[in-house]
Amino acid sequence: MDLPLSDFRKMSVQEFDTTKLLDHAAQQARERKYSEFPIIDVDSHHYESESMGEILEYMEDPVIAQLARAASTSNSKGPGVLNAGGIGYQDMGGRVSRYQLRTIEKVDGGGKHRDIALTKRWMDAMGIDIAVLFPTPMLQLGLHPQVEVEVALARAYNRWLCERILAQEPRVRSMLYLPFNDAEASYKMVKEFGDKKGVCGFMITSARYRPVHHNSYMKTYALIEEMGIPLAFHAGYNWGDQSISMLNRFISVHGLGFVIPNMIHMANWVMNGLPERFPKLKLIWIESGLAWLTFMIQRFDNEYMMRSSEAPSLKKLPGEYITDMFYTSQPMEMPRDMGMLEATFRMIKAETQLLYSSDYPHWDFDLPSTIYDLPVLSPQGKRNILGGNAVKLFNIQDVGKKLAQVA
Amino acid sequence: MAEVFVAKVSEIPDGERRIVKHDGHEIGVFHWQKQFYAYQNMCVHQGGPACEGSIMHKVEDVIGEDRTWQGQRFSATQVHFVCPWHGYEYDLRTGECVPDRSLKLKTYPAIRRGEDIYVVAE
Repeated sequence: MDLPLSDFRKMSVQEFDTTKLLDHAAQQARERKYSEFPIIDVDSHHYESESMGEILEYMEDPVIAQLARAASTSNSKGPGVLNAGGIGYQDMGGRVSRYQLRTIEKVDGGGKHRDIALTKRWMDAMGIDIAVLFPTPMLQLGLHPQVEVEVALARAYNRWLCERILAQEPRVRSMLYLPFNDAEASYKMVKEFGDKKGVCGFMITSARYRPVHHNSYMKTYALIEEMGIPLAFHAGYNWGDQSISMLNRFISVHGLGFVIPNMIHMANWVMNGLPERFPKLKLIWIESGLAWLTFMIQRFDNEYMMRSSEAPSLKKLPGEYITDMFYTSQPMEMPRDMGMLEATFRMIKAETQLLYSSDYPHWDFDLPSTIYDLPVLSPQGKRNILGGNAVKLFNIQDVGKKLAQVA
Repeated sequence: MAEVFVAKVSEIPDGERRIVKHDGHEIGVFHWQKQFYAYQNMCVHQGGPACEGSIMHKVEDVIGEDRTWQGQRFSATQVHFVCPWHGYEYDLRTGECVPDRSLKLKTYPAIRRGEDIYVVAE
C-alpha cells in the first residue's frame, strides 16, 4: 500500500522514511542557510518504550524486572511497570501519520542504536546540530503509585541511555530523568551520572505531586548547582488529576495540562526563595510554551506587592526571578496580535534566555523556522535562540563546524 | 502561465490524489466526486506537505433540539484533507484552512481535456 505522496517522494507504508516526510523542512534549512550557524534543540524525544526489553537488562532490581518482563510478554502491550501515558490522542485519530508509521520505519544505524539513526534523520532534515533527547512515556512516570518502580526504572533507563545512546553519538545529549518521588535516590542519581558523556543536566518531570521546596531536595539542588549544569522541569499532562479530569477533550487537557504543573512548581520555587538559596543554579522550564510566563510575572508581581510577608526570602519581585530563568520555545503560541509575542519576548528576555526546541517527533513539533521567520527578533537574537543561548548554557564546545547534514 | 500535465483520469480514481512538481512548486491535485481540485502542497502553518495527508470528513457535534450534546459524527458532505505534520485541516473543495477560513492554500485551476488532467501553473 502506497502513502499518498508525490511521485517524486513515492513510498509504500512499509517504506515510511522520516527524511522524506520532512523534505520540506530540509528545503527550509537550505533556503534559510542554517549551515551558517549552530542550531541546538533543547527538547526532543524518543520512545523508550520501544527499547524496554533492552532497558530492563539494565534494571538491577530482579523482582521488578521480572514483573516487567512477564507483563510485557503476557499483555503484549508493553511492560506492566510503566504507566505508559494513560489515555491520550496525540496522533489525532491518525491524522498525524508518523505516530503509526515510525514504529515500522526501517533504518541502517551502522551498528548504532535505532534511536540514534531515527533521531539523526529528523535532526539532519531540520538542520539541527545537537539535540537534547528525552523519553516519552516516562514523562508520566512521576505519577506511578510505586516509588520504588520509578527509582528502578529511572536508573535502568539512565544507565541504558548513557551506554547505548549518549556514549555512541556526540550529537545527542540528555538531561537525565530524576526519580523525584525519592529525594535520596535523586541525589544519588546526580552523583553517579552527572559526569557521564552526553549528560548536560538533570530533568524533573512536572506531572507529579511533590512540592519542589521540600527540604529533602536541597542537597540535590546544591549538588547540581555546584556541577554547573542546568536543572529542567519538563511539562506533561495528567488526565487523571482531579481538576484536569473535568476536561472532556484532549485539546483542553493538553492546552492546560502541559502548563499547570509547571505553574505550580514555579510558584513554589520562587515564593520559597529557592532562587536566593541557589543563585547559580540554572533552571529550564520545558514544553509549556511561553504565554503562561506573562501571566505568572504579572500575577505574582502584583500579589507580592501586597503580601511580601509571605515570601520573605525574596529580594526582588517574583517576575524578576522568572526573567532570569531559561525557557524552551516549543510549543510557541503564535498570537493573532504579534505584539503579544513581542511583549512576551521582552518580559522573559528572550534573546538571552530562550532556547529553541522542536519536541520532535511529537504532534505539535516546531521547526527552526518558527524562530527564524519571526519579524520581532533581531538577526542576532534569532541565532541566539536557535543555538547561541544553548551553547553558552550547556558550555557546548563542539559546534565550530556545522554537524547537521541537510540532504 | 503553463499547463502542466498531471495524469490520465484513470490514474487518479475518485477519492485519490496526485502531486506534481512544476518550477520548484509542488501541486496537489485531488479527484473528489467527479471534480478535480488543485492546491499548492505547502501548509500555511509551518510549510508541511499539506496535500499528502489523510482525507477525512469534518467531525461535527450533534446538538439536540433541547441544546443538549448528543455525541459526534462525521459530516456527510464536508470533507477535509489534513497536513500530516501537525493536523491542520483544509476544505477539500476550497483549500481554505478550516479553523480560520481567511487562511487558504494557493489554488490552481484544474482542467480536464478528454482523459487528461492538467493544472494551470504560473
